[in-house]
Amino acid sequence: MFDLLKLRINHGNQAIPDIRKAIIHEKFRGLPEIAKKPCKKNCNVCKDICPTKAISVKPVRIDMGRCIFCGECERICPEQRIKYTNYHKLGSSVRERLIVDEKINIENFKKLAIHKSIKFKKIFKRSLKLRQVSAGGCNGCEMELAACSNVNFDMSRFGIEFTASPRHADGIVITGPLSENMSYALIDTYKSIPEPKIIIAVGTCAISGSLFEKSEAVDRDFFKNIKTDLYIPGCPVHPLTFINAVLDFLNDR
Amino acid sequence: MKWLLSRNNKPIDINDIPVMDIEKLREQALSKCTNNKRVTGFFGIKEKACVKLYIVLADDENSNLLIASAIFKKEKSYQSFTKDNISFHIFEREFFENFGIMPIEHPWLKPVRYSFNRFNKSDKLEKYPFFQSDNKEIHEVGVGPVHAGIIEPGHFRFLCHGETILNMEIQLGYQHRGVEKLFLADNENINNKIYLAESIAGDTVIGHATAFVNAVEALKGIEIKKEAFLIRSIALEIERAAIHIGDLSALANDIAYLTANAAYQAIRTNLINTLLTICGSRFGRGLIRVGGSNFGITKELIHEIKQKLDKIQKDVELTSEEFFSSPSVLARLENTGIVKFEDAKTIGMVGPAARASGLSVDIRADHPSGIYTKFAFHKITLKTMDAFARAYIRYIEIIQSLRIIRDNLDELTQSAVMVKPYAPVKKNSLVVSMIEGWRGEIVHVAVTDNKKRMTHYKIKDPSFNNWTGLELAVKNNEISDFPLCNKSFNLSYCGFDL
Repeated sequence: MFDLLKLRINHGNQAIPDIRKAIIHEKFRGLPEIAKKPCKKNCNVCKDICPTKAISVKPVRIDMGRCIFCGECERICPEQRIKYTNYHKLGSSVRERLIVDEKINIENFKKLAIHKSIKFKKIFKRSLKLRQVSAGGCNGCEMELAACSNVNFDMSRFGIEFTASPRHADGIVITGPLSENMSYALIDTYKSIPEPKIIIAVGTCAISGSLFEKSEAVDRDFFKNIKTDLYIPGCPVHPLTFINAVLDFLNDR
Repeated sequence: MKWLLSRNNKPIDINDIPVMDIEKLREQALSKCTNNKRVTGFFGIKEKACVKLYIVLADDENSNLLIASAIFKKEKSYQSFTKDNISFHIFEREFFENFGIMPIEHPWLKPVRYSFNRFNKSDKLEKYPFFQSDNKEIHEVGVGPVHAGIIEPGHFRFLCHGETILNMEIQLGYQHRGVEKLFLADNENINNKIYLAESIAGDTVIGHATAFVNAVEALKGIEIKKEAFLIRSIALEIERAAIHIGDLSALANDIAYLTANAAYQAIRTNLINTLLTICGSRFGRGLIRVGGSNFGITKELIHEIKQKLDKIQKDVELTSEEFFSSPSVLARLENTGIVKFEDAKTIGMVGPAARASGLSVDIRADHPSGIYTKFAFHKITLKTMDAFARAYIRYIEIIQSLRIIRDNLDELTQSAVMVKPYAPVKKNSLVVSMIEGWRGEIVHVAVTDNKKRMTHYKIKDPSFNNWTGLELAVKNNEISDFPLCNKSFNLSYCGFDL
């Protein structure tokens, strides 16, 4: 009994007080910024080293929907044009917005990335229940999504929760590159969720297929037929990235 | 013919591996297995019209690996190894699924993962015929592939009599991404496959990445700095401790002991955030590279980490002393989900789950590599073989890992952590790389051809051995105890499905 009390007192209050203002450690690789200066002549090193072909040159652009945030381009660039900031609010409601060029910085990305959804806000603002489906996800994004509900991040304080059944859900959160063996179950789960529903693609694998894009065991037809409402990039997605993206989308505060 | 003797991370010439008659290979492998050797590799490689079968046996007492092979030309079957030694069962099923070569009298040739390059494409995962019973008093419970929580997909089918589980069958394959094939794609710089290695299982980033770089460095003959070995080991032990703490939290949740659940969650967050301060990722992505490590650890950071570790150790001890002495916890864990020592040995279990059943296997002691060769590692085993043992061994291993991290931090000198990783790989070579991830032994096998290209890459996650252990553990237990048994193992789906 006293041990239990001791444990409870030692535990204290672990929740991050303000999720909206929390910042992640400076070593975290979040939004990349590209400095406004010229490249070396005929230099392609960043493009060549990128394992997921997320970078194009002339002009330099990084597609966060393909990027796995390994930071190799930052290390190799001879002009030090690329810098990964620790800005973590990377979610976007438009796929093209995930492509970062030298005009994008933290300030304007903040304004442009998410179109707040009036329709969904009206229905889901105070209560949003989500069903998560992993289709080939490596358990990185899955563990981070589970961490969203833990004592530190405590996502349920905003009324956002993961449900056990798709029938109780208002939306689907998809992780993984969409393995072919999972395609039937994924479509089945999607159909079981009542309308209107939010489709959220979490993690680089779900957004573009990433490292597994060309695998013969992957079948990405699902996203050809169904419109994604929210893209949340990361490898894996940080819990603060996920929670903030959903809150921004629902126009919270 | 004598089997080729090798060691962990030692490249061997592929032409030195003896090729035997399959009958002879079988006979010798089985006789070696009755003599304290165990199977860690059993895989086929397509060579023109033939299939070459390689077998790797581990000799844990002498830290040796024994390798031999056989060629299948037109033969479409052979006498199954499994009927005499059950630990081969999953390896033979995988071999059959990929090549269609039938192991005669294999007790159950159940599909492994419905891989995209399976020999029989008309087999579909959705149509798998589960083991059934005609008895009207027996009911079936199907769970998955989409589970209630946020976990990976897999299907569990229970046959129950009332509350008691008579049989549970697991069918996986939903996570299959064709990882092994992707290791060979594009034929670019092998070093770049590290990103793929980090994604084999997102909860074992450090484990699989280390196994991969060890294999490549062995093939390239690269000697890395001691500093890098230390950092890799620090990351590996942080990963182990963090996942063990997370698993204890999940167990507490399933027992509905929410205080311990919350306390363990907070400790885990603190520990994985430590990894973030080293390399910028909570799971250690981007840290390990061929040739060393991308990040060093500065003096200030060492100090900071040590302070955090002190707090973490204090919190873990406080929480665990309370958790493991609470009657409501012990009532759920003790005598639940027993895997007997003989069974664990027979099916070839590995990792903490095997050690909880009294089986003394730990690659850090049996086949050490890197910094683990520099000190005497103490293997831990428990005797009770139940869910309690599988939970309690986590607690002991957390404390052990924290000690190893501290010792390694003391040895760091802030010197260079990277050497040039550009040497070409040895031609016609095979290397077996083993490492003790938090789930157990991870085995990577890389093979090169005479043009110095990688021609085969084989991965064995510890889950490959241990899923059968879970099936045995839940037998004759109540179905309400299944989540506890499952969490006490916490096996990987994508590590199995690849």
